[in-house]
Amino acid sequence: MELLSPVAPGWGGTLLVGLLHSIEIAVGATCLGLMIGTAGAFGKLYGGPVTRDLLAVYTTIVRAVPELVLILLLYYAGTDLINQMLTAIGYSRVDISGLAAGIFVLGFVQGAYSTEVIRGAILAIPQGQIEAARAYGMSPGLMLRRITLPAMLPFAIPGLANLWLIATKDTALLAVVGFFELTLATRQAAGVTKAYLLFYLAAGALYLALTLFSNLIIGRVEAWSRRGMPSVKEAR
Amino acid sequence: MSAVEAAAVRSGEAQNGAAEAIHVENLHKKFGQLHVLKGVSLSARDGEVVAIIGGSGSGKSTLLRCINCLENPTSGIIRVNGEEIKLKADSHGHTVPADRRQIERIRTRLGMVFQNFNLWSHMTLIENVIEVPVHVLGVKRNEAIAQAEKLLARVGLAEKRDVYPAFLSGGQQQRAAIARALAINPRVMLFDEPTSALDPELVGEVLKVIGDLAREGRTMVLVTHEMKFAREVATHVVYLYNGLVEEEGPPEQLFGAPKSERLKQFLRNVG
Repeated sequence: MELLSPVAPGWGGTLLVGLLHSIEIAVGATCLGLMIGTAGAFGKLYGGPVTRDLLAVYTTIVRAVPELVLILLLYYAGTDLINQMLTAIGYSRVDISGLAAGIFVLGFVQGAYSTEVIRGAILAIPQGQIEAARAYGMSPGLMLRRITLPAMLPFAIPGLANLWLIATKDTALLAVVGFFELTLATRQAAGVTKAYLLFYLAAGALYLALTLFSNLIIGRVEAWSRRGMPSVKEAR
Repeated sequence: MSAVEAAAVRSGEAQNGAAEAIHVENLHKKFGQLHVLKGVSLSARDGEVVAIIGGSGSGKSTLLRCINCLENPTSGIIRVNGEEIKLKADSHGHTVPADRRQIERIRTRLGMVFQNFNLWSHMTLIENVIEVPVHVLGVKRNEAIAQAEKLLARVGLAEKRDVYPAFLSGGQQQRAAIARALAINPRVMLFDEPTSALDPELVGEVLKVIGDLAREGRTMVLVTHEMKFAREVATHVVYLYNGLVEEEGPPEQLFGAPKSERLKQFLRNVG
């Protein structure tokens, strides 16, 4: 058990640093994914034919290719591409931080799934509420901020919550490109100490704790987003 | 313009009839192959209550929704307070407002009340009522709240100010929607079958509120199935049949001595 101690001879601290990195990536990727998803959903619903086609290609390809392949592809090919472009315009090569690359790669994947979740949620808004906003002279930007986004939230939360939980665990895939997150930290600790069962159980417990904590927060956010809706229980 | 001048202008207009708040001329609307409005003209002067009646599919709701371009007319002229809505053809050949800012500005003078209330479900009643004054018209929040409280009190919902729409009856929701429309101090109120989605016992409370507004001289265009109500509050009644104005005139004439056979038939069926 002293192996799990957070101070020097124990590996607990290493695991916690890994967890912190995992959370950083997941939060960053989810935020980026939400931005891409919101823009993507609006593009798919209201954009011109070219925008719609491009977004269809994006969501189809990202959802068709295994995430591990996408991560390897975007991580190695992406950093290589950026460096080639930098050298082409006369800058020196840069080291792209694992954190930024990880957030970008997972965010790009999350964006495709979020696009569909948010698109579905916008379609679920009673059309009359959008119509009322138009009838009272709201500009498209104001309508988005004041009406569409808050009104679609209750329909989007369950899907987005799924995506968040998937993002927390997808961070483990970044271990293959050498990013120091919880899974890689666990592998190191276990490899050095040979206490495989102990460390992988500990990592599992940390992932579980993160999920339980997330559920608590998501539950609150969902209740808040549904504040204007009667309880479903009463409708039984 | 000073109040005296304004009054002088108004009295001047009164002699040749008050200023025209809504003017619709030769309006056509097609949904694909379906020709819903086939050249309708309509006028509402300040202080007038124009009731549009007609059977299902006659185009009466479409006509009302064209006035604020919730439906874009296929062709025709629409003027609100003398300002013509600029229309243009888009890349698909559909007619759309040419100037987004113009249509948004014109919409803020038209208080629309919908058949299905269409209150914003994530906002309480008071939030619904202050939403447009604060975020579209730029009224200070505390002023908007003070005004909204008066309006909610006026429609009998003062104590429901912090309740979400889904927890209210249809009649209460529609009265709140009327308060929302009044909050922008509209030049004209547009009512799109305001009692059609209500249980029969809730119709009266909504009609009472609308009737009070009519009696205090609010300009309104009202699409309705309530013939008795139209006869009481309207100053002018328009009967639409199959996308055309079949007959129009003062309510006593239209309901008392209709000329058109179709209108006689219609009144027999609904009455």
